[in-house]
Amino acid sequence: MAFESFSEFLSMKGHGLYVWLAYGVGLAVLIFNWIAPGLRKKQIARDIQQQIRREENAGQERNA
Amino acid sequence: MWQRFKAWFHKWASPKWFFDMSASWMPWLKGIAIACMVTGVIWGLAFAPQDYQQGNSFRIIYLHVPAAILAQSVFMMMAVAGFVNLVWRLKLADLAVKAAAPIGAWMCFLALFTGAVWGKPTWGTWWVWDARLTSMLILLFLYFAVMALHGAFTDATTGGRAASIMAIVGTINIPIIKFSVEWWNTLHQPATFKLTEKPAMPPEMWVPLLIMVIGFYCYFGYLLLYRMRNEVMEREQRTQWVRELVRKGV
Repeated sequence: MAFESFSEFLSMKGHGLYVWLAYGVGLAVLIFNWIAPGLRKKQIARDIQQQIRREENAGQERNA
Repeated sequence: MWQRFKAWFHKWASPKWFFDMSASWMPWLKGIAIACMVTGVIWGLAFAPQDYQQGNSFRIIYLHVPAAILAQSVFMMMAVAGFVNLVWRLKLADLAVKAAAPIGAWMCFLALFTGAVWGKPTWGTWWVWDARLTSMLILLFLYFAVMALHGAFTDATTGGRAASIMAIVGTINIPIIKFSVEWWNTLHQPATFKLTEKPAMPPEMWVPLLIMVIGFYCYFGYLLLYRMRNEVMEREQRTQWVRELVRKGV
Protein backbone atom coordinates (compact mmCIF):
# COMPACT_ATOMS: atom_id res chain seq x y z
CA MET A 1 0.00 0.00 0.00
CA ALA A 2 1.13 3.50 -0.84
CA PHE A 3 -1.00 5.00 1.96
CA GLU A 4 -0.88 4.87 5.76
CA SER A 5 -4.63 5.01 6.33
CA PHE A 6 -7.92 4.93 4.47
CA SER A 7 -8.55 8.64 5.01
CA GLU A 8 -5.16 9.37 3.52
CA PHE A 9 -6.16 7.24 0.52
CA LEU A 10 -9.37 9.24 0.12
CA SER A 11 -7.63 12.60 0.40
CA MET A 12 -4.76 11.47 -1.87
CA LYS A 13 -2.55 13.76 0.26
CA GLY A 14 -4.28 16.84 -1.09
CA HIS A 15 -4.91 15.68 -4.65
CA GLY A 16 -8.14 13.85 -3.82
CA LEU A 17 -10.40 16.23 -5.75
CA TYR A 18 -8.45 15.79 -8.99
CA VAL A 19 -7.86 12.06 -8.74
CA TRP A 20 -11.45 11.20 -7.80
CA LEU A 21 -12.93 13.62 -10.33
CA ALA A 22 -10.90 11.95 -13.09
CA TYR A 23 -11.77 8.44 -11.95
CA GLY A 24 -15.43 9.29 -11.36
CA VAL A 25 -15.94 10.66 -14.84
CA GLY A 26 -13.78 7.87 -16.29
CA LEU A 27 -15.91 5.21 -14.65
CA ALA A 28 -19.10 6.91 -15.85
CA VAL A 29 -17.83 7.01 -19.44
CA LEU A 30 -16.69 3.38 -19.34
CA ILE A 31 -19.97 2.14 -17.86
CA PHE A 32 -22.09 4.20 -20.24
CA ASN A 33 -20.28 2.74 -23.25
CA TRP A 34 -20.54 -0.72 -21.75
CA ILE A 35 -24.33 -0.53 -21.39
CA ALA A 36 -25.26 1.43 -24.52
CA PRO A 37 -24.88 -1.34 -27.17
CA GLY A 38 -26.96 -3.75 -25.07
CA LEU A 39 -29.86 -1.29 -24.95
CA ARG A 40 -29.53 -0.66 -28.67
CA LYS A 41 -29.66 -4.41 -29.36
CA LYS A 42 -32.91 -4.76 -27.41
CA GLN A 43 -34.37 -1.85 -29.37
CA ILE A 44 -33.41 -3.42 -32.70
CA ALA A 45 -34.81 -6.82 -31.69
CA ARG A 46 -38.09 -5.18 -30.66
CA ASP A 47 -38.34 -3.35 -33.98
CA ILE A 48 -37.71 -6.52 -35.98
CA GLN A 49 -40.29 -8.44 -33.92
CA GLN A 50 -42.84 -5.72 -34.61
CA GLN A 51 -42.03 -5.87 -38.29
CA ILE A 52 -42.52 -9.65 -38.33
CA ARG A 53 -45.86 -9.33 -36.56
CA ARG A 54 -47.01 -6.62 -38.97
CA GLU A 55 -46.16 -8.81 -41.94
CA GLU A 56 -47.93 -11.80 -40.43
CA ASN A 57 -51.06 -9.75 -39.79
CA ALA A 58 -51.00 -8.39 -43.31
CA GLY A 59 -50.72 -11.96 -44.62
CA GLN A 60 -53.72 -13.12 -42.60
CA GLU A 61 -55.89 -10.22 -43.76
CA ARG A 62 -55.04 -11.05 -47.32
CA ASN A 63 -56.04 -14.67 -46.80
CA ALA A 64 -59.34 -13.81 -45.05
CA MET B 1 -1.28 -19.60 -50.21
CA TRP B 2 -3.06 -16.90 -52.25
CA GLN B 3 -6.11 -19.15 -52.62
CA ARG B 4 -6.21 -19.67 -48.88
CA PHE B 5 -5.95 -15.95 -48.27
CA LYS B 6 -8.74 -15.30 -50.73
CA ALA B 7 -10.97 -17.86 -49.06
CA TRP B 8 -10.24 -16.28 -45.68
CA PHE B 9 -10.95 -12.82 -47.04
CA HIS B 10 -14.22 -13.88 -48.61
CA LYS B 11 -15.50 -15.20 -45.32
CA TRP B 12 -15.51 -11.61 -44.06
CA ALA B 13 -18.06 -10.80 -46.73
CA SER B 14 -20.59 -13.02 -44.93
CA PRO B 15 -22.44 -11.20 -42.15
CA LYS B 16 -23.66 -14.46 -40.70
CA TRP B 17 -20.13 -15.85 -40.45
CA PHE B 18 -19.07 -12.69 -38.64
CA PHE B 19 -22.05 -12.90 -36.33
CA ASP B 20 -21.24 -16.48 -35.34
CA MET B 21 -17.49 -15.94 -34.98
CA SER B 22 -17.76 -12.74 -32.94
CA ALA B 23 -20.07 -14.51 -30.50
CA SER B 24 -17.21 -16.83 -29.55
CA TRP B 25 -14.63 -14.01 -29.22
CA MET B 26 -16.70 -11.65 -27.10
CA PRO B 27 -16.70 -13.50 -23.77
CA TRP B 28 -12.88 -13.64 -23.90
CA LEU B 29 -12.53 -9.94 -24.61
CA LYS B 30 -15.04 -9.14 -21.90
CA GLY B 31 -13.31 -11.35 -19.32
CA ILE B 32 -9.80 -10.04 -20.05
CA ALA B 33 -11.05 -6.44 -20.12
CA ILE B 34 -12.73 -6.67 -16.71
CA ALA B 35 -9.84 -8.58 -15.12
CA CYS B 36 -7.20 -6.15 -16.44
CA MET B 37 -9.11 -2.98 -15.65
CA VAL B 38 -10.05 -4.00 -12.11
CA THR B 39 -6.46 -5.11 -11.37
CA GLY B 40 -4.97 -2.03 -13.01
CA VAL B 41 -7.20 0.47 -11.22
CA ILE B 42 -6.70 -1.05 -7.76
CA TRP B 43 -2.96 -1.37 -8.31
CA GLY B 44 -2.64 2.10 -9.74
CA LEU B 45 -4.80 3.85 -7.16
CA ALA B 46 -3.70 2.15 -3.97
CA PHE B 47 -0.42 0.28 -4.45
CA ALA B 48 1.74 2.09 -6.99
CA PRO B 49 4.17 4.46 -5.22
CA GLN B 50 3.46 8.15 -5.49
CA ASP B 51 5.43 10.30 -7.89
CA TYR B 52 8.25 12.22 -6.20
CA GLN B 53 7.35 15.43 -8.05
CA GLN B 54 3.65 15.21 -8.79
CA GLY B 55 2.54 13.36 -5.68
CA ASN B 56 -0.70 11.41 -6.04
CA SER B 57 -2.18 13.38 -8.93
CA PHE B 58 0.01 11.23 -11.21
CA ARG B 59 -2.41 8.32 -10.58
CA ILE B 60 -4.63 9.87 -13.25
CA ILE B 61 -2.09 8.41 -15.70
CA TYR B 62 -3.81 5.01 -15.39
CA LEU B 63 -6.88 6.40 -17.16
CA HIS B 64 -5.28 9.16 -19.19
CA VAL B 65 -2.62 7.21 -21.08
CA PRO B 66 -4.78 4.16 -22.02
CA ALA B 67 -7.60 6.47 -23.20
CA ALA B 68 -5.17 8.58 -25.25
CA ILE B 69 -3.49 5.52 -26.82
CA LEU B 70 -6.91 4.08 -27.67
CA ALA B 71 -8.19 7.35 -29.13
CA GLN B 72 -5.27 7.36 -31.57
CA SER B 73 -5.14 3.70 -32.49
CA VAL B 74 -8.90 3.50 -32.94
CA PHE B 75 -8.62 6.28 -35.48
CA MET B 76 -5.89 4.42 -37.36
CA MET B 77 -7.93 1.22 -37.28
CA MET B 78 -10.88 3.19 -38.61
CA ALA B 79 -8.74 4.48 -41.49
CA VAL B 80 -7.63 0.93 -42.38
CA ALA B 81 -11.26 -0.23 -42.30
CA GLY B 82 -12.20 2.78 -44.41
CA PHE B 83 -9.54 1.86 -46.96
CA VAL B 84 -10.82 -1.73 -47.14
CA ASN B 85 -14.34 -0.37 -47.53
CA LEU B 86 -13.37 1.94 -50.38
CA VAL B 87 -11.18 -0.53 -52.29
CA TRP B 88 -13.00 -3.85 -51.82
CA ARG B 89 -16.49 -2.58 -50.95
CA LEU B 90 -16.54 -4.84 -47.92
CA LYS B 91 -19.77 -4.18 -45.96
CA LEU B 92 -18.24 -5.31 -42.71
CA ALA B 93 -15.44 -2.74 -43.04
CA ASP B 94 -18.04 -0.01 -43.46
CA LEU B 95 -19.78 -1.23 -40.31
CA ALA B 96 -16.43 -1.22 -38.48
CA VAL B 97 -15.90 2.46 -39.35
CA LYS B 98 -19.39 3.32 -38.15
CA ALA B 99 -19.09 1.28 -34.95
CA ALA B 100 -15.58 2.47 -34.02
CA ALA B 101 -16.15 6.22 -34.36
CA PRO B 102 -18.30 6.85 -31.26
CA ILE B 103 -16.10 4.64 -29.07
CA GLY B 104 -12.99 6.46 -30.27
CA ALA B 105 -14.66 9.80 -29.68
CA TRP B 106 -15.49 8.83 -26.10
CA MET B 107 -11.90 7.71 -25.52
CA CYS B 108 -10.64 11.00 -26.93
CA PHE B 109 -12.99 12.93 -24.66
CA LEU B 110 -11.77 10.89 -21.68
CA ALA B 111 -8.13 11.58 -22.54
CA LEU B 112 -8.82 15.31 -22.81
CA PHE B 113 -10.88 15.43 -19.63
CA THR B 114 -8.46 13.44 -17.46
CA GLY B 115 -5.64 15.50 -18.97
CA ALA B 116 -7.32 18.74 -17.93
CA VAL B 117 -7.96 17.46 -14.41
CA TRP B 118 -4.33 16.33 -14.21
CA GLY B 119 -3.04 19.59 -15.64
CA LYS B 120 -4.66 21.76 -12.95
CA PRO B 121 -2.53 20.54 -10.00
CA THR B 122 0.55 19.86 -12.17
CA TRP B 123 0.77 22.89 -14.48
CA GLY B 124 -1.62 25.16 -12.62
CA THR B 125 -4.08 25.32 -15.50
CA TRP B 126 -6.88 23.17 -16.93
CA TRP B 127 -6.03 23.95 -20.52
CA VAL B 128 -3.32 25.48 -22.69
CA TRP B 129 -3.38 25.88 -26.46
CA ASP B 130 -0.20 23.98 -27.01
CA ALA B 131 0.56 21.49 -29.77
CA ARG B 132 -0.28 18.23 -27.98
CA LEU B 133 -3.53 19.40 -26.45
CA THR B 134 -4.74 21.19 -29.55
CA SER B 135 -4.00 18.27 -31.86
CA MET B 136 -5.89 15.96 -29.48
CA LEU B 137 -8.87 18.34 -29.59
CA ILE B 138 -8.69 18.24 -33.40
CA LEU B 139 -8.78 14.44 -33.18
CA LEU B 140 -12.06 14.69 -31.28
CA PHE B 141 -13.50 16.93 -34.01
CA LEU B 142 -12.28 14.50 -36.68
CA TYR B 143 -14.22 11.75 -34.90
CA PHE B 144 -17.31 13.96 -34.94
CA ALA B 145 -16.76 14.57 -38.66
CA VAL B 146 -16.64 10.83 -39.40
CA MET B 147 -19.81 10.27 -37.36
CA ALA B 148 -21.61 13.18 -39.00
CA LEU B 149 -20.70 12.09 -42.52
CA HIS B 150 -21.98 8.60 -41.83
CA GLY B 151 -25.41 10.00 -41.05
CA ALA B 152 -25.44 12.85 -43.56
CA PHE B 153 -26.55 10.89 -46.64
CA THR B 154 -29.87 9.21 -47.32
CA ASP B 155 -27.95 6.41 -48.98
CA ALA B 156 -26.00 4.52 -46.29
CA THR B 157 -23.38 3.32 -48.78
CA THR B 158 -22.51 6.85 -49.90
CA GLY B 159 -22.37 7.99 -46.27
CA GLY B 160 -20.07 5.08 -45.47
CA ARG B 161 -17.71 6.02 -48.29
CA ALA B 162 -17.62 9.67 -47.28
CA ALA B 163 -16.87 8.68 -43.68
CA SER B 164 -14.13 6.31 -44.90
CA ILE B 165 -12.44 9.09 -46.87
CA MET B 166 -12.66 11.36 -43.83
CA ALA B 167 -11.06 8.67 -41.65
CA ILE B 168 -8.18 8.17 -44.12
CA VAL B 169 -7.53 11.90 -44.56
CA GLY B 170 -7.79 12.46 -40.80
CA THR B 171 -4.86 10.15 -40.04
CA ILE B 172 -2.55 13.03 -41.01
CA ASN B 173 -3.28 14.27 -37.51
CA ILE B 174 -1.96 11.10 -35.81
CA PRO B 175 1.80 11.67 -36.40
CA ILE B 176 1.24 15.32 -35.49
CA ILE B 177 -0.12 14.22 -32.11
CA LYS B 178 2.68 11.73 -31.64
CA PHE B 179 5.57 14.06 -32.45
CA SER B 180 4.00 17.24 -31.07
CA VAL B 181 5.88 16.80 -27.80
CA GLU B 182 9.20 16.61 -29.70
CA TRP B 183 8.64 19.19 -32.46
CA TRP B 184 7.28 22.00 -30.33
CA ASN B 185 7.89 23.33 -26.86
CA THR B 186 5.07 22.03 -24.76
CA LEU B 187 4.04 21.57 -21.16
CA HIS B 188 3.13 17.99 -21.94
CA GLN B 189 5.60 15.33 -20.84
CA PRO B 190 7.04 12.92 -23.45
CA ALA B 191 5.58 9.48 -24.12
CA THR B 192 5.56 6.98 -21.26
CA PHE B 193 5.96 3.91 -23.48
CA LYS B 194 8.38 3.75 -26.38
CA LEU B 195 9.12 0.67 -28.46
CA THR B 196 12.86 1.20 -28.40
CA GLU B 197 13.51 2.25 -24.82
CA LYS B 198 12.76 1.13 -21.32
CA PRO B 199 10.17 3.30 -19.52
CA ALA B 200 11.66 6.01 -17.31
CA MET B 201 9.48 4.99 -14.38
CA PRO B 202 9.98 2.01 -12.07
CA PRO B 203 8.10 -1.26 -12.82
CA GLU B 204 5.71 -0.76 -9.86
CA MET B 205 4.43 2.23 -11.79
CA TRP B 206 4.43 1.09 -15.41
CA VAL B 207 3.30 -2.53 -15.00
CA PRO B 208 -0.20 -1.50 -13.82
CA LEU B 209 -0.26 1.03 -16.65
CA LEU B 210 0.54 -1.67 -19.18
CA ILE B 211 -2.21 -3.85 -17.68
CA MET B 212 -4.65 -0.95 -18.07
CA VAL B 213 -3.66 -0.45 -21.71
CA ILE B 214 -4.29 -4.13 -22.45
CA GLY B 215 -7.61 -3.88 -20.58
CA PHE B 216 -8.65 -0.84 -22.61
CA TYR B 217 -7.81 -2.57 -25.89
CA CYS B 218 -9.94 -5.60 -24.97
CA TYR B 219 -12.72 -3.29 -23.77
CA PHE B 220 -12.64 -1.57 -27.15
CA GLY B 221 -12.62 -4.91 -29.00
CA TYR B 222 -15.66 -6.05 -27.07
CA LEU B 223 -17.57 -2.82 -27.69
CA LEU B 224 -16.60 -2.75 -31.37
CA LEU B 225 -17.88 -6.29 -31.97
CA TYR B 226 -21.05 -5.57 -30.00
CA ARG B 227 -21.82 -2.45 -32.03
CA MET B 228 -20.95 -4.15 -35.33
CA ARG B 229 -23.28 -7.04 -34.48
CA ASN B 230 -26.07 -4.54 -33.83
CA GLU B 231 -25.42 -2.98 -37.23
CA VAL B 232 -25.42 -6.39 -38.91
CA MET B 233 -28.71 -7.26 -37.23
CA GLU B 234 -30.30 -4.04 -38.36
CA ARG B 235 -29.06 -4.20 -41.95
CA GLU B 236 -29.85 -7.91 -42.38
CA GLN B 237 -33.27 -7.78 -40.73
CA ARG B 238 -34.99 -9.08 -43.87
CA THR B 239 -32.96 -12.29 -43.87
CA GLN B 240 -34.20 -15.57 -42.50
CA TRP B 241 -31.33 -16.12 -40.07
CA VAL B 242 -31.75 -12.76 -38.32
CA ARG B 243 -35.50 -13.31 -37.97
CA GLU B 244 -34.87 -16.76 -36.59
CA LEU B 245 -32.44 -15.22 -34.10
CA VAL B 246 -34.93 -12.57 -32.99
CA ARG B 247 -37.69 -15.15 -32.64
CA LYS B 248 -35.50 -17.25 -30.37
CA GLY B 249 -34.67 -14.11 -28.39
CA VAL B 250 -31.12 -12.78 -28.73
